[in-house]
Amino acid sequence: MSEELDVRPAGPAEIVLDIDDLEVSFATDAGEVHAVRGVSLDVKAGEVVAVVGESGSGKTVTAKTILGLLPETATSSGAVVIKGQNVISLSPAKLRELRGRDVAMVFQEPSTALNPVFTVGWQICEGIRAHRARTGNHRISRKEARERAIESLRKVGIPDPEKRVDYYPHQFSGGQKQRVVIAAALALDPELIVADEPTTALDVTVQAEILELLRDLRDLYGTSIVLITHNMGVVADLADRVVVMYQGEVVEEAPVRRLFAEPREDYTRRLLAAVPHLGRESASEGATQRLRQGGEVLVAAEGLEIVYPGRLGSPPFRAVEGVSFTVSAGEVFGLVGESGSGKTTIGRAIAGLNRATGGSLKVLGHEMVGFRERAFRPLRKEIGFVFQDPAASFNPQLTVGECVAEPLIVHLDLQTAQVRRRVGELLESVQLPASYASRYPHELSGGQRQRASLARALALEPRLLIADEPTSALDVSVQAKVLELFREIQAELGFAALFISHDLAVVDQLSHWVGVLYKGRLVEQGVSSRVMGDPQDEYTKRLIASLPVPDPVEQAERRKAHRALLGG
Amino acid sequence: MTAQTLPEIERHDPLWTRLPVVSHVRASVGVQRGMLIVGLVLTLVFLLLALLAPVIAPYGFSQISDASGDFPTQEPPSSKHIWGTTVGGFDVFSRVVWGAQTAVLVIVVAVALSIFAGVALGLASGYIGGWLDRVLVVIADAIYAFPSLLVAIVMSIVISHGQSSLWGGVLAAAISITVVFIPQYFRVVRAEAIRLKAEPFVESAKVIGASSWRIMARHIFRNATRSIPLIFTLNASEAILTLAGLGFLGFGIEPTSASEWGFDLNKALSDVTAGIWWTGIFPGLAIVLTVLGLTLVGESMNDLADARLRTRRHGGKNRGKKRPEGSKA
Repeated sequence: MSEELDVRPAGPAEIVLDIDDLEVSFATDAGEVHAVRGVSLDVKAGEVVAVVGESGSGKTVTAKTILGLLPETATSSGAVVIKGQNVISLSPAKLRELRGRDVAMVFQEPSTALNPVFTVGWQICEGIRAHRARTGNHRISRKEARERAIESLRKVGIPDPEKRVDYYPHQFSGGQKQRVVIAAALALDPELIVADEPTTALDVTVQAEILELLRDLRDLYGTSIVLITHNMGVVADLADRVVVMYQGEVVEEAPVRRLFAEPREDYTRRLLAAVPHLGRESASEGATQRLRQGGEVLVAAEGLEIVYPGRLGSPPFRAVEGVSFTVSAGEVFGLVGESGSGKTTIGRAIAGLNRATGGSLKVLGHEMVGFRERAFRPLRKEIGFVFQDPAASFNPQLTVGECVAEPLIVHLDLQTAQVRRRVGELLESVQLPASYASRYPHELSGGQRQRASLARALALEPRLLIADEPTSALDVSVQAKVLELFREIQAELGFAALFISHDLAVVDQLSHWVGVLYKGRLVEQGVSSRVMGDPQDEYTKRLIASLPVPDPVEQAERRKAHRALLGG
Repeated sequence: MTAQTLPEIERHDPLWTRLPVVSHVRASVGVQRGMLIVGLVLTLVFLLLALLAPVIAPYGFSQISDASGDFPTQEPPSSKHIWGTTVGGFDVFSRVVWGAQTAVLVIVVAVALSIFAGVALGLASGYIGGWLDRVLVVIADAIYAFPSLLVAIVMSIVISHGQSSLWGGVLAAAISITVVFIPQYFRVVRAEAIRLKAEPFVESAKVIGASSWRIMARHIFRNATRSIPLIFTLNASEAILTLAGLGFLGFGIEPTSASEWGFDLNKALSDVTAGIWWTGIFPGLAIVLTVLGLTLVGESMNDLADARLRTRRHGGKNRGKKRPEGSKA
């Protein structure tokens, strides 16, 4: 791939943002922490520059510096020049003037970026009216501001903007809320938008729409975008140029196609290799029928229904409706779906954390509809559970060793020395040194904690393991290692697993059989590689087409296919 | 920021630096540290007075005469009675010193009783929930609705029928304060227990198959009680005020059983108009300084425990410092 192939917007390459040797450090309890060390980058007009990196790489701090949004504990040096003004040395009043007019921000979580007690129109107008002074003493009237708000809502594709300008944030869906946030950012026609993980909190299908919108902004209005993300698929889809950050420094900077095709630096290469890619390394490669069906059926759901009682006056919420599936011994069953699809609810019901309310759910032969904790407790040692957030699933007051030992102490009658030996073995089996047993959870990194969590789940050699989004809180390179470990241990111990995830590529890597959930219904199930490669259901097709793959060339083709699918 | 290979683990600090108050002092800087230290010094003086009362006080708390005869009454400060004497002929300095002892006793007994009951009830109420929770919350709210001094008076009458020996008086005061404080500990621990109940680590204990008892004792208890030292210090100062209030109103401890600042203040009331200042000023100051000390400690601990309120040392003041030109990469 050569650089000439890159799509570049026409027009003069005026530089809208110039960051020069930026350094940011924070005063913390543990002394000073250098978050950004000597970062230099520039953004030209009409260009999308993606800043990628794992957590702690300093990408978000860099983004916040562009708008002067650093907290009080931060000290910064260097230069961040927007329109000839250095943001770092600007007075608060000048900074306020600059924000919104020259540079605006789109936040990660649209539901918290909007104030729930004001209409979206009011919130957009607020930004417009705050800047009235700049338009040569001409006061922008309420009416005029409203006109502009409607205009920018129309720009971001909110249907019927004249009416919806008076809606409150809760009346919009997640994707629409993010559109509103973008509309607010656009209200004063800034030349530069800083988007901090703009699609991370959104579902894949919605993410595709927002990426489409951001691309239109660049193409139609020539807006430059600084895109902060950790998702290489998003980068491949949207960016013109990529800046890779690691530990506060810029490791590599290259046009997007060159970066993906010929990464120069070791770190970039490792990062790209760790990104799961749909259709590669499928666990069910070449399988034509369901694998590992010889053993006992451990989980059998038949018309399963899970209903949450509604609050006074509102109808009950049906989280899961008429779902039927089985998980056999030794099989890895992948459950995928977007947020609110009921996938976690099903996992929790199997572990007895939620109540199943209708149909039938048999776990290890025990009926879970109307189960009693006392009767189910002996079976709990056959079930392991790995939670999503490894940081929260350990008691912060106990050492890792004590946490891992909990199941042993609860279910087995062992001597202290035996427990200690077993904990050491368990930690070593998940590739952690046995000496880590005496550390506290906060002294471990995210990946190490998730390994320890796996060790705890496997302590009693369960026949069934439920993993609820076990890697979604981890960085890609860490995720790759944890997934590898999971696969190895599963092959070695042969337990059955229910692997719940929203990430299709991850599920494909691990599971033999996959079920796709949509709004509480199981719309499709089949051999993973087949479902991913040749989906049958309409929703599954849309879901898979929306997923950006970490390869700009392939993604450009997929995008066309996606458009065709939506159009037809 | 995570380090590239393994996070560097600092060895654990020695145990003494991790104790509540010590760790707070170490974490504090500037004005916050000043406040904390002033509070600690006042509290320490108070505790030392209580502990060393027999050594420090020249006379007993109920002593009105010595080898050279009866003490004069309402005598201004002199070399023999450095803070003067009261209308009953007690030595004011000795009464104030002995009063610290009574105050400490009442605090210890009151807080010990209310912490155990409050924490146990709060844990059960928050974790188990259901009707037990509802009943306990209603009772706690009902107690809250009463003015605390009124409850204390009623309890003191019920417990000791008005007359009191040292322990009778101390217990009456302590138990009446306990009744008022249990709902406070109960509330805090219950709220924490409810929050923790939904935490993944509690759920993971549930999935493991741990019993409710084990979950409460091992997983919730230690995490729910982190703010207890803070309430303890704040409540200690309130306990002193309640005790002094009870004594002032005449529900305290007889002067012959123990010394009590509130009672002394009450007796000093009529002296004020006669220009006799020493009988009122000193017990009053003792109350004010002790409460001030305990409150300062409590408030500082509160601020330091909250990462958003804690001030930190800046590494270097280089805000806005210009870099040399031509260093662009």
